Amino acid sequence: MHGFISLISGLVFGFGLILSGMTQPGKVIGFLDFLGGNWQWDLMGVMGGALTVHALTRIFVMKRSGPVLGGQFPSFGSMIDKRLVTGAAIFGLGWGIAGFCPGPAIVSAMTFETPVLVFVAAMSVGMTLAKFVPSK
Amino acid sequence: MTFSMMPIIGGALIGLSATILLMFNGKVAGISGIFNGVLTGDALHWKAPFVAGLLISGLIAVFMGENLGLEQAFTNTVPRNLVVTALAGLLVGFGTRIGNGCTSGHGICGLGRASKRSFAATMAFMMTGAIAAYVTQNIILALVS
Repeated sequence: MHGFISLISGLVFGFGLILSGMTQPGKVIGFLDFLGGNWQWDLMGVMGGALTVHALTRIFVMKRSGPVLGGQFPSFGSMIDKRLVTGAAIFGLGWGIAGFCPGPAIVSAMTFETPVLVFVAAMSVGMTLAKFVPSK
Repeated sequence: MTFSMMPIIGGALIGLSATILLMFNGKVAGISGIFNGVLTGDALHWKAPFVAGLLISGLIAVFMGENLGLEQAFTNTVPRNLVVTALAGLLVGFGTRIGNGCTSGHGICGLGRASKRSFAATMAFMMTGAIAAYVTQNIILALVS
C-alpha cells in the first residue's frame, strides 16, 4: 500500500511539473534570469500554488496522531550550517546553467533525448560523489 | 508575457502530491533524496514507486501529449553543449546531496512547514540560480554568438 500511494504521488507530482512548465528548461531559465531585464515571472505561480496547497492541507494532516498507513510523521533538523548553504548554492549553479532541477529532469528523461539523459546520468554521478564528502 | 493559470494549477498538483505522501506514508516529497535512495537501494519499497510515477507521467506526456493538450511539455529547450550539460548535472546532483534537498524538498515541503533551514537553502539556490542563468544567458552566450 505504501508503494501504491508513492506511485500515485509521483504521478501527480510529475503531471504538476509538466502542466506548470517546469519541464521546459528555457522557461525555467527565463524565470531565474530576473537580472537580465526580460523577467518571465509566470513560474512564480508554481511555487505559489504548491506552497498554498501544501501548507494549508498540511495543517489538517498534522492534526492526526500519525500517517494513515501507520508509523510516525518525520522529524527535522533545524541546523543552518555551511554545508547546507554551500550545497544548496552549488545546486543552484547547475540549475541556472541547464534549467533542470531533479524532478523535471527525471520526468523529461522519458523523451530519451541525449541532453536530458546526459544530465540525469551526470546528476547520478554527482550524488554518488557527494557520499565521499565527510559530513563534518 | 501573457498571464497563464497553468503554473498555478501545476503547482497546486505538486502541493497536493506532497500532502498525499505525507498524509498516508509520513514521507517528505523531496525528489533528490528519493532519487538518491533509488540509486543506493535505500527504502526502495516507497522510493522506487515514486520515481516510477514521475517516469510514467513523462511517458504519458511523450506518447499521448497531443491528445491531452501537452504538446508543449518538453519544448523550449536551451542550446547547451553536452559538456556544459554534464557539468550542470554534476553540480545539481552533488549540491542537492550536500545541501540535503532540492526545489521540492526545501522549496515546497520545507517552506510549507515554515522551516528556517529550508528557507536558507531556498534563498541560496535561488540566488546562485539567478546568477548562473544571468551569466550563461547574457554573458557567455553573447560571447560565443
